[in-house]
Amino acid sequence: MGAQIELVLYVGALGLLAVGAAGLVMSANLFRMILALVIAEAGANLLLVLAGYRWDAVAPILAGQPADVPMVDPVPQAMVLTAIVIGVGVQALALAMAVRIYRAYGTLDFSEVRRRMEADIAAETGIELPGSRDEPAGARPLPPPGANPMLTPEEGR
Amino acid sequence: MRNLASLVFAAGLGFFLTVLLLQFGFGEPPMIVGQAIQDGAAETVGAANFVTSVVLAYRGIDTLGELSILFAAAAAAGLALGSRRPAPAAGEDAGFILRAGSDLLFPLLLVVGLYIILHGHLTPGGGFQGGVILAAAFFIPVLARPSRGLRHSTLSLVEGFAGAGFIVIGLMALLWDGQFLQPLLGTGTLGSLVSAGTLPMLYLAVGLKVGAELAGLLVHLMAREEGEA
Repeated sequence: MGAQIELVLYVGALGLLAVGAAGLVMSANLFRMILALVIAEAGANLLLVLAGYRWDAVAPILAGQPADVPMVDPVPQAMVLTAIVIGVGVQALALAMAVRIYRAYGTLDFSEVRRRMEADIAAETGIELPGSRDEPAGARPLPPPGANPMLTPEEGR
Repeated sequence: MRNLASLVFAAGLGFFLTVLLLQFGFGEPPMIVGQAIQDGAAETVGAANFVTSVVLAYRGIDTLGELSILFAAAAAAGLALGSRRPAPAAGEDAGFILRAGSDLLFPLLLVVGLYIILHGHLTPGGGFQGGVILAAAFFIPVLARPSRGLRHSTLSLVEGFAGAGFIVIGLMALLWDGQFLQPLLGTGTLGSLVSAGTLPMLYLAVGLKVGAELAGLLVHLMAREEGEA
């Protein structure tokens, strides 16, 4: 019985971490990447709490039980408490950046955003675009200063 | 091809972590700090909730650092979103159900949030959790009536005073006892509301700061979304 619970908890924590990591590298949409980051964070927090678990122990709060009852380790719980709050801050910052990117480029597709960003930087600074293995050099259109021709009308709105 | 590589990466990460975890026995924490804290925290700090003792007494400076991280993230998010429109354009008020629900929920959430903050040293909960509930309490009415909004100046005032209060309590301890953020005012009776010295005050400061910061963030995100349309 105990071994089963152990297995479920570990598989849950590691699975959340692995799913988050896979989503982080596989998804093309920036918003989905942020969501994958949230999932991976949940897995990491669960793993940290599990690290402080102890068999037959109570929560680390004195509530009238005899003094020699074992308690789970309070230090990982305190760390997870802080990690969750920092995670919220990081997610809010990432969302703000995503909103900003959407306003600038009209899309959240990662490769598309990167391509346009590189083109913008190249147009702004006069540095040549770095070579890409996907496209032959010279095939990419450079945007004229001011307007972005790659926005279709409905994207540009 | 790229998806396959990503899957292999994720599976490898999971395998690596599994192998690492198998080195530890489950249910037998390898750390000895936890046991030492359980033996001594009730006498030295006086908080019934040992997690609170760790967060505010043993690792108080870390909590201050974490508050500054949260502040930096909120400030950076505000900077990234910009605020050229000080008063968000008057959106339509929500329907009757949402308005009535928000009117009902506001006092309840306020009470629950303050309760969780003030009992942080006795029961599960504390400044961070209660602060999030306070943020929800102040944000739900904004969702129901976007035209009324939430004043940023008030929020930053609350946030600044709460953060300054945390540091001032720490500095008072520095003058009094020679150590920054050392708990003051004695331990009191274990388990009563007025106990654990300055810890409830510190948690109140944390709760107000977290609540103001999160509410400000949410309002900021919402205001830009309206500017979008």
